Amino acid sequence: MSKQDTQDFEAAAASSPQSVVEFSEERHGLFERIQHVLHQTPALVPLVVLMISLAVFGILLGSKFFSPFALTLILQQVAIVGIVGAAQSLVILTAGIDLSVGAIMVLSSVVMGQFTFRYGLPVEVAIGCGLLVGTFCGFINGWLIAIMKLPPFIVTLGMWQIVLATNFLYSANETIRSQEIATEAPLLQLFGWTFKVGADESGRGGANFTVGVIFMVVLICVLAYVLKQTAWGRHVYAVGDDPEAAELSGVQVKRTLISVYMLSGLICAFAGWALIGRIGSVSPTSGQLANIESITAVVIGGISLFGGRGSIAGMLFGALIVGVFTLGLRLLGADAQWTYLLIGALIIGAVAVDQWIRKVAS
Amino acid sequence: MKKILIAACAAALVSTTAMVAPALAASHSITACLITKTDTNPFFVKMKEGAAAKAEELGIDLKTFAGKVDGDHETQVAAIETCIADGAKGILLTASDTSSIVSSVQQARDAGLVVIALDTPLEPIDSADATFATDNFLAGELIGKWAAAKLGDEAANAKIAMLDLAVSQPSVGVLRDQGFLQGFGIELGDPTKWGDETDPRIVGNDITAGNEEGGRKAMENLLVKDPEVNVVYTINEPAAAGAYEALKAIGRERDVLIVSVDGGCPGVQNIADGVIGATSQQYPLLMASKGIEAIAAWAKDGTKPATTPGKEFFDTGVALVTDTPVDGVESISVEEGKALCWG
Repeated sequence: MSKQDTQDFEAAAASSPQSVVEFSEERHGLFERIQHVLHQTPALVPLVVLMISLAVFGILLGSKFFSPFALTLILQQVAIVGIVGAAQSLVILTAGIDLSVGAIMVLSSVVMGQFTFRYGLPVEVAIGCGLLVGTFCGFINGWLIAIMKLPPFIVTLGMWQIVLATNFLYSANETIRSQEIATEAPLLQLFGWTFKVGADESGRGGANFTVGVIFMVVLICVLAYVLKQTAWGRHVYAVGDDPEAAELSGVQVKRTLISVYMLSGLICAFAGWALIGRIGSVSPTSGQLANIESITAVVIGGISLFGGRGSIAGMLFGALIVGVFTLGLRLLGADAQWTYLLIGALIIGAVAVDQWIRKVAS
Repeated sequence: MKKILIAACAAALVSTTAMVAPALAASHSITACLITKTDTNPFFVKMKEGAAAKAEELGIDLKTFAGKVDGDHETQVAAIETCIADGAKGILLTASDTSSIVSSVQQARDAGLVVIALDTPLEPIDSADATFATDNFLAGELIGKWAAAKLGDEAANAKIAMLDLAVSQPSVGVLRDQGFLQGFGIELGDPTKWGDETDPRIVGNDITAGNEEGGRKAMENLLVKDPEVNVVYTINEPAAAGAYEALKAIGRERDVLIVSVDGGCPGVQNIADGVIGATSQQYPLLMASKGIEAIAAWAKDGTKPATTPGKEFFDTGVALVTDTPVDGVESISVEEGKALCWG
């Protein structure tokens, strides 16, 4: 080995750390910084998309769309999907999926209605029974998934059919009419009660807030707090991220999973109550697409289907984006198929963004 | 794995044949099939009841099949195949996909079965041996005429919201929609589709999926388009009930005229309660019992059912139900409607 060679090595050694420093500086470029911010606050993407779509439809449609009436109408139209989506978010955060949400919602609403009208129970008791039925359906889901170790997709696919069939068999597909409910058990329509702000003398225009909308917003705020700030909430994320690691660090995985599915069932039962308020009547055929719509809201809202990442606020933004597109495109006079096409594009876009964000190590 | 699968299939086949064979041997009576879109919609539930009652009366062995949801084509095809294999004499069918089902229907007819379309005509209508249905265009026309007469001179300034069935524009929805517009006195575009009319009195069309949820949402959307809507056409009574909720939410339920089609019991009750102004009632029970009679006649001596003179199908009738009759449009009262209602 000559002296020349050694000198070369030293030169190389001297230059190499410099290039590493340069490289790491490159990694903190604008793109990476955005990626990092999105990783920290996943609700940001749907929020931006929501703002842009609001602005675009506002410019295209003017005051017809940008009125308190139309904007609060969107809230009313997404209230059911928003509430069911909250249940779906909890489940998906644990890396599960719940296809039975819509069926549980409808069965609960049917139980509330039929217990009041068929058996003559006091309406408060009937509502309590409806909420219990929803929670119980959730418990079965959770037990099969956590204790029997069956895949969530399969369990809830089965429960979807079972609960829906139960709903049709039990109700004989009889609708309970809005007028009967209004005179005999108005409490069932609680979620449809409306607060008007800024309406004219005849009660037209202005902003309309139903109890259902307020319930949705409060529910999502409470869940957002619980998921971020409480031990149970952190456990939900931990179970979704890596159940084995969670188990090893002392999280009771099975108990957490069952509690998530039970809470999801309970929230769906509340959605069933809200559904009565929304459509006035108890109709066993409604809510057939609630599972797909809630998963759509969750996915567009940036919650990862692989579990453990995403925020429940994002789900609300996701549901609102769908609502804004639906109303906006209808007002523009576009064929309803365009709405589905654009929502499809949004779903794929959202998952692509999710994959990109996942590349960042937190 | 493959072997196990084949063995399992063979075992299943043997056991089903073993179970079916004695059943076939035991009953030498005529077998008929009823295939409906779903078995949850009260309309089809009533149809099934009508068919079952008639079949029992005539000593016919009735088998019923239904799709899982409206639009479930595959299950209906499988049901037709089952009926052929079963040696049935005839099929009563309410098709979900009126043109795709035609090849399966042809298969059944080739095998010597009589196929009767109930409620929903096939495309083309003569792919079935006969069609027993409501004249949906007439059903629409009746409520259109009633609404125009009710408004009187104001009909010229009406603001009409059209709450239709689905974007795929199934023929039932188109016929009712176009019938309503013709009855109201609005010039039609292409009568085989809705939404192409240019009359400024039409505020817009939206879709309801024929249920309360869809009815409410569609009504809300059209109210944003024009809050002064005063006539609402609805594809059926659940959609009408949903539309009423949307109007009630903004305090306009008193000054809007809602018309509908179907004649289900909750719908007729809604006329008494002032939710719906008028509805055209159809008769699923009659469709089914007539259908069973036709199959019995076919099995006996090969007579094919006749059509109503001047129409391509056997008209099972339609009646306007309202508690505020108008001149020039024949109608029946809510009480009469209740006696005939279904669901």
